[in-house]
Amino acid sequence: MILNYSQPLEFTNLITWLDTALRSSMSEFWVLLIEFVLVAVGLLAAYSVIAMILIYAERKITAFFQARFGPNRVGKYGIWQSVADVIKILLKEIIHINRSDRFLFFAAPFFMIIASMLTFGAIPFGKFLHAVDFNIGVLYVTAVSSLGIIGVLLAGWSSNNKYSMIGAMRSGAQFVSYELSAGFALMTIVVLAGTMQFSEMIEGQRYCWNLFNGHISSMIAFVIYLISGHAETNRGPFDLPEAESELTAGYHTEYSGKQFGFFYLAEYLNMFIIASIATTVFLGGWMPIQIHGLETFNQIMWYIPSYVWFFAKTGVLIFLSLWVRWSFPRLRIDQLLNLEWKYLLPINLVNIVVMVIIVLTGLTLTDLFPGLF
Amino acid sequence: MSSILEYFSGLFKGIKSLLIGMSVTWKELWTKKVTQQYPENRDTLVISDRFRAELTMPHDENNEHACTACGICQMNCPNGTINVLSATIETEDGKKKKILDTYTWDLGMCTFCNLCVITCPSDAIKFENTFENAVFTRSKLVQQLNHEGSKLRVKPPKSTESVTKSTECITKEAQNK
Repeated sequence: MILNYSQPLEFTNLITWLDTALRSSMSEFWVLLIEFVLVAVGLLAAYSVIAMILIYAERKITAFFQARFGPNRVGKYGIWQSVADVIKILLKEIIHINRSDRFLFFAAPFFMIIASMLTFGAIPFGKFLHAVDFNIGVLYVTAVSSLGIIGVLLAGWSSNNKYSMIGAMRSGAQFVSYELSAGFALMTIVVLAGTMQFSEMIEGQRYCWNLFNGHISSMIAFVIYLISGHAETNRGPFDLPEAESELTAGYHTEYSGKQFGFFYLAEYLNMFIIASIATTVFLGGWMPIQIHGLETFNQIMWYIPSYVWFFAKTGVLIFLSLWVRWSFPRLRIDQLLNLEWKYLLPINLVNIVVMVIIVLTGLTLTDLFPGLF
Repeated sequence: MSSILEYFSGLFKGIKSLLIGMSVTWKELWTKKVTQQYPENRDTLVISDRFRAELTMPHDENNEHACTACGICQMNCPNGTINVLSATIETEDGKKKKILDTYTWDLGMCTFCNLCVITCPSDAIKFENTFENAVFTRSKLVQQLNHEGSKLRVKPPKSTESVTKSTECITKEAQNK
């Protein structure tokens, strides 16, 4: 009862009210149809809005790292800069390339955007704000997010451009390698959490985040997941598929207008998706900070809406990604593959065994200090 | 065995150097921003004195300049930017003398090479750092540098003395030869 009043800003009431209102007036089929469409529209809107906010934040933080101001002319502190950019990119001409494979050329951006959209749907943004919640959620996310690489390879191949082709091939090698590490890092946490469903994972992290619960093993998995996540999104020190000094823009060199916008959007959203999956799996997702025995404190924490918690945690990780991006020089392709196959993968395999031992012998924090965590 | 040691020491050294790099960028994040916001900061803007933006001919309070209309600057200009027009007048004692009539300089043709200022024997022209020279029509770029009604500054007597001294030396040398 208290909880009902303590969460005035949650979307729970709105969603339940809408559902009952629809169900009272029409049949099951139409209710589901309307709700599916509403969820899809909501996700698409969130997708583009988050992308715009990310682009603005990225430009601003990048500027601060380089002792500049960043965009500060369009509106106060330049907050309308990315809106203006979006309008510009929508109005731009789509240039048709001679002697390119037209069908694949136009299909490639959709692969990118659909892959990132499918993953986007599986992210738990807050309490009840979770569109796709499979019991194999982690597996689903890993599988679906790797579809994006098809778009990159198609774009590189169909552009009939050597730069695009080299960029796409590099991206392919990089993605296939680092997908392995990311998968194993998530697997380590699946061993710890004992479930693949995101909602159950979050529930299990109510009092102790997975990052701390599996202490040493979890920390290693977290770092490895962040590294391979950055590599998968072609960002940070791993941006050699689009190394502008060597390949102009890599696989999307020949794209313009809305199609380029799709690639751009997908790139930014992939950064967000990596950060939010790391949040969900390692940092307790939308769950507020809860401590055993401190009921008032827990209650106060619940006053803050769950999506605020989620976006705050994700924001910290995105900031970390930008920090890394502007600290380190770009890796060469052989260094990149060395890092994955000679360091991350062996460490990861050992780490998964260590995690199994920790879980089986009861060395997790929840097992060691049952009252505290 | 040593290779295993190398593997792990390399790994930890790498992590350490990455963390050092991140601490450097973290400090950089909080440093003062160096961007000059130009149109707003006109009052505090610092442009180097040596910056060459506009050719000027300094006039003193009596509206007098130092240009003798010798035309050396015009001859030295690689682009034909400078055009010195002189007039001939008759002085009180009946001598004919060349004086400056109009001194025009075309900003649009100038490469700011500074040759005119270097070669000027009487330091009559110099480059200023006033850089806001944009105009809408090309004809406005052609400027007349000498002011209306200005005249040549009479040289102070000290310098004339030294000149006569030096000419005396030269005549002596010629006699010795």
